[in-house]
Amino acid sequence: MEASTPASTRWPVIAKDVTADTVTPNLLDYDRACATFSWDDERLALGGLPEGGVNIAYEAVDRHAKSERAGRDALRFVRADGSILSRSYAALADDSDRFASLLRSLGVQRGERVFSLLGRSPALYTAVLGTLKHGAVFCPLFSAFGPEPVRQRLELGAASVLVTTRTLYRRKVAALRSELPALRHVLLIDADGEPERDTLDLEALIAEAPPYGAIAAMQPEDMALLHFTSGTTGRPKGAVHVHDAVTAHYATGRFALDLHPDDVYWCTADPGWVTGTSYGIIAPLVHGVTTVVDEEDMDAERWYRILAEQKVTVWYTAPTALRMLMKAGAARAKAHDLSSLRFVASVGEPLNPEVVVWGQEAFGHPIHDNWWQTETGGIMISNYLSMDIRPGSMGRPLPGIEAAIVARDDTGAPVVRAGHVELVSDPDTMGELALRAGWPSMFRGYLNEEERYRKCFAGGWYLTGDLARRDEDGYYWFVGRGDDVIKSSGHLIGPFEVESSLMEHDAVAEAGVIGVPDSVAGEVVKAFVELKPGFEASDALRLDIIGFARKRLGAAVAPRELEFTPALPKTRSGKILRRLLKARALGLPEGDTSTLEAGR
Amino acid sequence: MNEHEARAAVLAAIHEVAPDVNTERLDANSRLRQDLELDSLDFLRLLENLAQSTGVSTPEEDYADLTSVQRLIHYIAAHS
Repeated sequence: MEASTPASTRWPVIAKDVTADTVTPNLLDYDRACATFSWDDERLALGGLPEGGVNIAYEAVDRHAKSERAGRDALRFVRADGSILSRSYAALADDSDRFASLLRSLGVQRGERVFSLLGRSPALYTAVLGTLKHGAVFCPLFSAFGPEPVRQRLELGAASVLVTTRTLYRRKVAALRSELPALRHVLLIDADGEPERDTLDLEALIAEAPPYGAIAAMQPEDMALLHFTSGTTGRPKGAVHVHDAVTAHYATGRFALDLHPDDVYWCTADPGWVTGTSYGIIAPLVHGVTTVVDEEDMDAERWYRILAEQKVTVWYTAPTALRMLMKAGAARAKAHDLSSLRFVASVGEPLNPEVVVWGQEAFGHPIHDNWWQTETGGIMISNYLSMDIRPGSMGRPLPGIEAAIVARDDTGAPVVRAGHVELVSDPDTMGELALRAGWPSMFRGYLNEEERYRKCFAGGWYLTGDLARRDEDGYYWFVGRGDDVIKSSGHLIGPFEVESSLMEHDAVAEAGVIGVPDSVAGEVVKAFVELKPGFEASDALRLDIIGFARKRLGAAVAPRELEFTPALPKTRSGKILRRLLKARALGLPEGDTSTLEAGR
Repeated sequence: MNEHEARAAVLAAIHEVAPDVNTERLDANSRLRQDLELDSLDFLRLLENLAQSTGVSTPEEDYADLTSVQRLIHYIAAHS
């Protein structure tokens, strides 16, 4: 067992009193909600397809399109020039129907994978919902990925269809087409009558697509979504999610985001990552609220204007963005009428207590941090509107979710005896955060990697890889990652992927990649590089290697810092000791080095 | 600092932050995000870099205007 970390006492508890709120929170009494919760009740509240079966797209769109909510704005896009494009639930149902119909006419079968490489454009939302209606599987890719991460994911996910733009296709996919034989169709959203070679004009085809008819009646355990994530070693992992996940999207949207039918909701996450899908598309649509989508990148002034002009009531954003806003100053927020805002939440990485508290000054509301992962499919641990906040804590488990702290041995592995994991019951004692397996949005596998999937579980618990502690009142506190995965701007970056790309550079013999603290992004990627004989370390070479990596991996994944080293520290078995690189980079004690390779 | 010097400083800063960009043959009308594919962290680093090399520190409210290489050059020239 590892030493306990003293509880943070510097930040006073933010006490909540919701009696004066005009909107009654969905979760008023945490203990009672946990005691009475059942997933089956949540499934009943949604109901499924009238003819039987389930489909996320039905719950998200068609159900509302057939109700008195049909004319309500489902999506409200803020375009680059600030103009607004609204799509009602009825229009979104029709658009997605046509997309489903197009997939059928292209011969796409149930279970086949439709990928997107897009920014937050209207076509993306149509594609997600249309794919689900057809019973195919949707996999979004982050549009800032370079060609290499794109190729790898299209290949691992066996993409049959890719929806993208002309520019992104030219930059990142066209040259790889011959390496991707499974990719039968590339649909360009902006072909404008002149698709590139081997691509199709999405808009023209959609316009001709006949009505789809009855949407696919799926089984709850049928695959719906595929989200790639990164581990310490090896290739990216495709986390498989099923149609029943919508049950969790619904329940967590209700409790953790407090969504009410009249809300105007804005999730700033990019749909290339799981938050942008689960909470940027599915959860708000299932709740029938109006979702604001900003097609542009973050800019403080623009964001405040959107919050004010769109009268956003519930806002779900990320620590990196909040830290940038905090840097710009609370006065900027106060210059706008943010009086509609009633709930602010954050996810992606632990939110510093300073920012939680700053929310009160800037928005009149503290920021509610919550915790989850690609694998969990939905929010698992959260701060709630009605619950006192302990700044710096991720909050308490959602109703229906059982969390625990699992003891770790000296090597960092979970302690398992006779098939049972040893749970830590003492408060404020660090261990690995674990969740009792079996909630609806839990991943059902890593695509084609059964062994890797099984390793995530022990004794009926999903082991999250995050280190945490629980205080005596049941609030969870994030401590750190249990592995070498880097978290930059809320995105997980696998060091191995970056190292592999660096080693393709002519001058690089070996590379070790870690995350170093950054005041805005949480962490940024830093590479330590050992050069091949005959190459001299220089500033020009440093920039050349960084540029090389950016071209392959994209800005979000490539190292932002690079240092040459005569020899990387390694274990006797030859594994790079990233832990030691990190200790050196941060000037920390290097700890036990007894497994170091001799002579290094 | 005149336009010429500002241009040299901006190109040097872009090269440092995003060495994948060919600054020798850079169209000044290139947009930082869409064309050069700088992300928001790159952008912040670019401004930090320019603050060091030119002494021009950019208040946050001016960020939104600095969308292209040319606009950044003008800005640095005007504020140095």
